Amino acid sequence: MPEVVVENVHKSFGALEVLKGVSLSVGRGEVFALIGRSGSGKSTLLRCMNGLEKINSGKIEIAGHALGGDAKALRKLRTDVGIVFQSYNLFPHLTVGENIMLAPRIVKDVAKTKAREVAREVLHLVGLSEKFDSYPDQLSGGQQQRVAIARSLAMRPKVMLFDEVTSALDPELTEEVLTVMENLARDGMTMILVTHEMGFARRVATQTIFMHKGRIWEQGPSAALFADPETPELRQFVKSDVK
Amino acid sequence: MTLKTFGLDQFGFLLFSLQWTILLTVIALIGGGLLGFAVALARTSQLKPVRIAAATYIQIIQGIPVLMILFLSYYGLSLAGFELPPLFAAGASMTVYASGYLAEIWRGSIQAVPKQQWEASESLAMTRLQQYRYVILPQAMRISLPPTVGFAVQVVKNTSITSIIGFVELARAGQLINNATFQPFRVFLAVAALYFVVCYPLSQLSRLLERRLHAGSSR
Repeated sequence: MPEVVVENVHKSFGALEVLKGVSLSVGRGEVFALIGRSGSGKSTLLRCMNGLEKINSGKIEIAGHALGGDAKALRKLRTDVGIVFQSYNLFPHLTVGENIMLAPRIVKDVAKTKAREVAREVLHLVGLSEKFDSYPDQLSGGQQQRVAIARSLAMRPKVMLFDEVTSALDPELTEEVLTVMENLARDGMTMILVTHEMGFARRVATQTIFMHKGRIWEQGPSAALFADPETPELRQFVKSDVK
Repeated sequence: MTLKTFGLDQFGFLLFSLQWTILLTVIALIGGGLLGFAVALARTSQLKPVRIAAATYIQIIQGIPVLMILFLSYYGLSLAGFELPPLFAAGASMTVYASGYLAEIWRGSIQAVPKQQWEASESLAMTRLQQYRYVILPQAMRISLPPTVGFAVQVVKNTSITSIIGFVELARAGQLINNATFQPFRVFLAVAALYFVVCYPLSQLSRLLERRLHAGSSR
């Protein structure tokens, strides 16, 4: 039973169709990388998976929840699906610890001591135990992004979505975030990531999907896909990345 | 009848009347704050009719002079058969006036919180109420503080308009003393000075808050 199923999904913004019938299936513990040029629809596809964008037609099932129910059903889905954004989006008025504990406390009614325990645990996981009482603006971009990952993990998600999470970071900080994600993958988290980090996709993702013009243009095990692209578009894309 | 001069007694009366100005300001800010907060929330509602109703309210209040709001509540209430003291009409009209402006200030503050904050909190499965309570409003409040305090200065000064319906606050007290002493320059200079003493610290506070906010620290 796959953890994520996307079936013939169409999505338009006004007259512009950004997803033109996308289907994919992600098994438990698999890591999928979505690559492609800007405007190919990869971020939109990811945002559809936790209901941040509404699809026009098709079907999405994720972590045992079907998208398309009422607000309550959507919230239920979101407790099982974490997402991390390019711009971190930590809550600036709360400390790192409070950022992490907030949702477990108010959404899942976790007791305060337990929430604190969980927060310490996930912070340790991303290597930032000492930052519990810091405010987001006292952290570097890479640290903020790791806190954002920890905040998602504190909800004990079954699937994690990553939307270009290193695009705003310089190479050094990128590396520390990717390391955290690689550890997650190794621990068996089901992950879907939109990324421009080809090396990371090749190394960590079990499957890579190349999106082009709102469609899945090419898909396969990462190593094979990068070593031997079938379509001229992917060949061009991989080549332009190497330079 | 001999004319009195503007002395300590008269100044004492001004000080006493200043209390009414301040009381009226407090009523306007509390009443207008509660009403304005509700309107600001309605203005950012997901339901279009609610948004439109709130926008219309704000437009109407901001589009008519405070004086008309005052007359409408003063004469309107008495025509409707209520015999109410001027404080009530004055308080009611200042409340309505303040609500229209505070609603707009706070609407702007709520919308100044980045959209990503909504998305992040929504993705953590929070309800809309929880998003407001724990994520959006605490940030909006910080943004709204300088303009809100700045607006309080306007309210202090605009309470003087209630002198027209015979409510004896600071401005009206000045008129009364002037009628008895006929020393307009002294009297109104004293009145102006008292307004200034209240307003100046408020404007300074507003500026200080604004500088703090723009200094980049988000706390």
